[in-house]
Amino acid sequence: MPQLSCQNLTLGYEGKTIVSGLSFDINAGDYLCIVGENGSGKSTLMKTLLHLKTPASGQIVTGDGVKSNEIGYLPQQTAVQKDFPASVREVVRSGCLNRCGLRPFYSRQEKQLAEENMAKLGIFSLAKRCYRELSGGQQQRALLARALCATRKILLLDEPAAGLDPKATEEMYELIARLNGEGTTIVMISHDVAASVKYASHILHIGGGSALFFGPKSDYIRKNVSCGGGTYE
Amino acid sequence: MNKLALYFEYPFVRYAMIVGVLIALCSSLLGVTLVLKRFSFIGDGLSHVAFGATAVAAAMRLTNNFLLVLPVTILCAILLLRTGQNAMIKGDAAIAMISVGTLAVGYLIMNVFSKSANISGDVCATLFGSTSILTLTATEVWLSAVLSVAVTAVFLVFYHKIFAVTFDEDFATATGIKAKLYNLILAVVIAVVIVIAMNLVGALLISALVIFPALSAMRAFKTFKAVTVCSVLISVSCAALGILISIVAGTPVGSTIVAVDIAGFFAFSAIGLITRRIN
Repeated sequence: MPQLSCQNLTLGYEGKTIVSGLSFDINAGDYLCIVGENGSGKSTLMKTLLHLKTPASGQIVTGDGVKSNEIGYLPQQTAVQKDFPASVREVVRSGCLNRCGLRPFYSRQEKQLAEENMAKLGIFSLAKRCYRELSGGQQQRALLARALCATRKILLLDEPAAGLDPKATEEMYELIARLNGEGTTIVMISHDVAASVKYASHILHIGGGSALFFGPKSDYIRKNVSCGGGTYE
Repeated sequence: MNKLALYFEYPFVRYAMIVGVLIALCSSLLGVTLVLKRFSFIGDGLSHVAFGATAVAAAMRLTNNFLLVLPVTILCAILLLRTGQNAMIKGDAAIAMISVGTLAVGYLIMNVFSKSANISGDVCATLFGSTSILTLTATEVWLSAVLSVAVTAVFLVFYHKIFAVTFDEDFATATGIKAKLYNLILAVVIAVVIVIAMNLVGALLISALVIFPALSAMRAFKTFKAVTVCSVLISVSCAALGILISIVAGTPVGSTIVAVDIAGFFAFSAIGLITRRIN
């Protein structure tokens, strides 16, 4: 049973359809990259997977022990966060909130979890630093640690390398690949087709209002090479 | 000093001090979130709503205008914070519209229906709170105290949730935090604070009470907890100092408190600059 299954999804807003007829499954341990032009509906798809938006039609089914609120999310940075006074520790801990329920404070285990995830992502030494003063790569790591506090099972990443320099981008992709190696399912939106092909196990290519391709990476490469594509090499 | 001791013999001066400190406490707790959510002006908008409702209450000869002013303000707060996400009229425009509209209608109603000979005096008192804090009754003091305790309790219980919803609403929603519910709670609490605060500084100066302590604290501190604690301390001490000064110097209470808040803002800006130089 797949962790996430989309059946004949149609996405759009205010009556306008952006993408229709999306059907795909995401299984435990997959690394799915969603590629496509700007405005093709990648971000809308991700927001729909997170239940932030309701699909125009079709449905999303979670399974394999994943509840709909057990999906970690690495959003793109918002303007509010640029001058937000918060320490890295405060940000990372806020990922544990969905475990708290009505309890107003974090338990010792939740605090411990936040510390472990900071250590895991190499930002333990930054715990007391102010979030807004970190470099782009460090901020992304803090947000990734927060997402890991929310869940270990499946992570949705919205352009995790946006705005990072080449070295930080490389490190970010290696880090994500390592998390995937440890069993976390990854779903990532990317502009960077070369990196997607390098790290992903599956590719979903959307454009022109429908899914142009969904399947394992090897098929995607073969298809593009035979079409005379191959710009990603 | 003797003069102060003499003044504090009077119960209404003690009431003013108690209510002033409580209001400063509540308004600064919410200030940090409002400033960060880009809702600095909601205090202004809602206080004008409260002004309009007060005028209606006066025209209707209600003995306790809390009963009308509080629900109306809460309703408007919910509408304003809800339109923040997706609405025909965007956040700042909606606030401006409601703010100016209710101010005008309130003044109109006051003029048409008021029996008082000194309308401009009444309006001035409602807008700038020049005297009303010194005419508080024991019941109003108790009511303010109970509401303040409730506001503080709600803030403490939901502190981490408010942080998460302020920092990243999408993430919070995606991981199962009921962001809409917490926005609603925030709206109600803001409305309550504003209605209480009208007695102290008047409708026009409430925004200052909400945003100045938060902005001052954000100059000097870098974690959410430190900023929240610091803005409470700043707000409470500025309010206490402002009330003392206004008693001794005979200045209007509301504007004196705001003037002290402004001084505090510059002091903390300087501290922030200096600490950044050192680091």
